[in-house]
Amino acid sequence: MFVIKSKSEEMTRIVGRTLGKNLPPGIVIALNGELGAGKTVFARGVAEGLGVAGIVNSPSYVIMNLYRGRMELYHFDFYRLEEEEELQELGLDEYFYAEGVTLIEWAGKFPGVLPPTRLEIEIVKDYEENSRILYFKPLGDLEGFLIEELKKVAAPGN
Amino acid sequence: MSRKTLILGLETSCDDTSAAVVLNGRTVLSNVVSSQDSFHLRFGGVVPEIASRHHLEIINPVIDEALSKAGVAFRDLDGIAVSYGPGLVGSLLVGVSVAKALAFSLELPLAAVNHLEGHIYANFLTGATISFPLLCLVVSGGHTSLLYMEGHGQIEILGRTRDDAAGEVFDKVARALGLGFPGGPVIDKLAQQGEAAAFSFPRALMGEEGKLDFSFSGVKTAVLNCIRRETEKGGQVRTADLAAAFQEAVVEVLVEKSLMAARQRGMTRQFLLAGGVAANGELRRKLRQKLESVNMELIHPPVELCTDNGAMIAAAGYYYLRQGRRASWDLNAVPNLELEGA
Repeated sequence: MFVIKSKSEEMTRIVGRTLGKNLPPGIVIALNGELGAGKTVFARGVAEGLGVAGIVNSPSYVIMNLYRGRMELYHFDFYRLEEEEELQELGLDEYFYAEGVTLIEWAGKFPGVLPPTRLEIEIVKDYEENSRILYFKPLGDLEGFLIEELKKVAAPGN
Repeated sequence: MSRKTLILGLETSCDDTSAAVVLNGRTVLSNVVSSQDSFHLRFGGVVPEIASRHHLEIINPVIDEALSKAGVAFRDLDGIAVSYGPGLVGSLLVGVSVAKALAFSLELPLAAVNHLEGHIYANFLTGATISFPLLCLVVSGGHTSLLYMEGHGQIEILGRTRDDAAGEVFDKVARALGLGFPGGPVIDKLAQQGEAAAFSFPRALMGEEGKLDFSFSGVKTAVLNCIRRETEKGGQVRTADLAAAFQEAVVEVLVEKSLMAARQRGMTRQFLLAGGVAANGELRRKLRQKLESVNMELIHPPVELCTDNGAMIAAAGYYYLRQGRRASWDLNAVPNLELEGA
């Protein structure tokens, strides 16, 4: 587990961007946090880090947006989905085992469909300070592996 | 094409499966949408949402119903139009594959329509005479875009959302207020009983003249924080007031940016409103009021043509084909399709 405190929307984006620069191909990121926590802001940072040009919108309505950077980014959002069955019909596995980066907002709604090797990120709102706490939890084969990358994210100067 | 041109339009870009028959790009002969009650009755039960497999299961009955309601057969058709993006790839593929198969076997021209452009063409089904150039605001669950159209197929993007679409924010706030889905109609109705001045929410990117992009993620977060504070205080959350204040904040930004676009790009005779949020009563009222003060006419589709439907795709397809813009047989779904300029 690795923790970063973000004091602003801008900082959340920068953390995402730094992570995006250091992601290996084929990684799955499960992103959680309540409405308005800054999941899409974080995802926008990851996209920037991957070299995606242009606007990164919330994928809530269309469920998935595909972007091209130095790797492809499959930006999912489970927010609107109700049944696990709907997900299987989206052909999720094809993305999990592809070469690009899969980032899933509201992934915690359907933990059963996620691959065992993944990076779990939870963004928690601190209402008193209007800040955010980001929890990073690499699972499966990622365990330990990403910690060095994440330290870079938290290091000053990034 | 003959003087009486019949186009079959297919729309499967997101949740709904829809087929429609449109005459000469102007008259809706039939418009069957899978989420309509009348179709549920025929099909025997509620049609589940989202999944492409369901599009696949129901697209043939939806097409059959559209043809029979229009009183036409496959052999009467003059062209097939289909939305090929943006949208969910699996869902889009169902429409695209069926459209290609139909066009190929019936030896008809095929039009590949941009879903967003389709929304604009819902306005051509209103009976109003529409003249170019014109300004247009497409505002739905997936999109919020300000456009300038010089002519058919000549679209310039003036501004778009940098984060959440307006319709999406309506849905998320409605859910947070426990009002259900889709959020637009419930908030619209509830807001009428509320006092918008009871709360004040941010209007993002409002002050910057010339900047025509939108941002609705900030107002979403502000409303959610406010709901939380109200809940913590205990007692009744003033749902109607919150809905009214939220709606006012979103509508004001949409209206002001629309007027800003007119000042910047030039006043046009008409302004078209399109997309699911075009059904919002407050948006229509405020926008009409402001546009009339600068002698511009507001055109918007009837409610049933604001949300995703095949008729708008058929209408756009009619004009595509009239311009000779036929799709080739290697047409594919393009989930992240952008609106292109002329």
